[in-house]
Amino acid sequence: MIVAENKPFHDILGLIEDAKKILIVGCGGCVAVCLSGGEKEVGVLASALRMSRKKEGNPLETVEVTLPRQCDPEYMDMLKGYVKEDIDCILSLGCGVGVQFIAERFSKWVIPAQNTKFAGGTIAHGIWEERCGLCGECILYKTGGICPIIRCSKSLLNGPCGGSQNGKCEVDKNLDCGWQLIYDRMKKFGKLDLLLKIEPPKDWSKSRDGGPRKVVREDVKIS
Amino acid sequence: MSEFYPKIVAFCCYYCAYSAADLAGSMRLQYPSNIRLVEVPCSGRVDVLMILKAFEKGADGVYVAGCLEGDCHFLKGNYRAKKRVLYAKKILDEIGIGGERLEMFNLSGSSGPRFAEIAEEMVTRISKLGPSPLNSRLVSFPNCKDATAGN
Repeated sequence: MIVAENKPFHDILGLIEDAKKILIVGCGGCVAVCLSGGEKEVGVLASALRMSRKKEGNPLETVEVTLPRQCDPEYMDMLKGYVKEDIDCILSLGCGVGVQFIAERFSKWVIPAQNTKFAGGTIAHGIWEERCGLCGECILYKTGGICPIIRCSKSLLNGPCGGSQNGKCEVDKNLDCGWQLIYDRMKKFGKLDLLLKIEPPKDWSKSRDGGPRKVVREDVKIS
Repeated sequence: MSEFYPKIVAFCCYYCAYSAADLAGSMRLQYPSNIRLVEVPCSGRVDVLMILKAFEKGADGVYVAGCLEGDCHFLKGNYRAKKRVLYAKKILDEIGIGGERLEMFNLSGSSGPRFAEIAEEMVTRISKLGPSPLNSRLVSFPNCKDATAGN
């Protein structure tokens, strides 16, 4: 999932300081799962903003809605009834994708309430960790299912480096060395010989270069 | 200036604080009438939004009363409530209402006198703090569907 976390409260407050009535849009997708932008978080943020502004003697009116997802045009249609003339701005609790989809669709000033962090998963209740670097060409089959791009602090393809000490990374003594994890896993499966092969430089043109990447599936296009 | 009569909302777990309130009544114990009790099936039912809504709707103070630690009928509800109360305190501090207006208490169903004591303690604390900044000045509140919905 895309993991995001709320911007500091006072930052959000500053971003909407000129608005009298705002539409707060939550997302029922990834950010609801990582408990930062779902229906409940929309309610908490809206209540906090209203109270803060009421305290300052500058009341804020809020309209709250949570879409099943903010990254699909068909769900964006559901917003049409809420984006009215008197809405001064839209505060999105979606990830960066959601914010942009709203901005592309409606002629209203859109503000992100979150910092979109990474593609990751739930480690335990309340803990999420990055797992995928979205590099565009998966090499997990070469590394026992452990991504060196993300798990290694230097994203080395031929690790470990000299900073690996007792299974930990020199960057942070609490951080597992990604390449130690890879080595242990390959050893467990008797595939250490695969690590002897020198990995050539990665083709980063498939990653975040050359503008937004696109996936096209002709077979599922409707028109 | 008229005397400040704090409004305090107490979210009380059915298995302890609510029973303790019952017991306090049976024991004819006096406690301030400022307390508005909200019965919840477990203190773990209380979430941050419920606490914020209580303040938004005019409470000067809020407390959550759950079972003694380790005694939750649902095992961990009171620990979860404790964490949520801490988080809500942080939000209240950021808003400027003040986290000290919110507290978590733990007691057992047989703690009638303790229930009355907690009520006194909170009324004293909130009386010293004065009215919630939201209630201390007259501000017309815009029509807000969510804020005016009955709870």
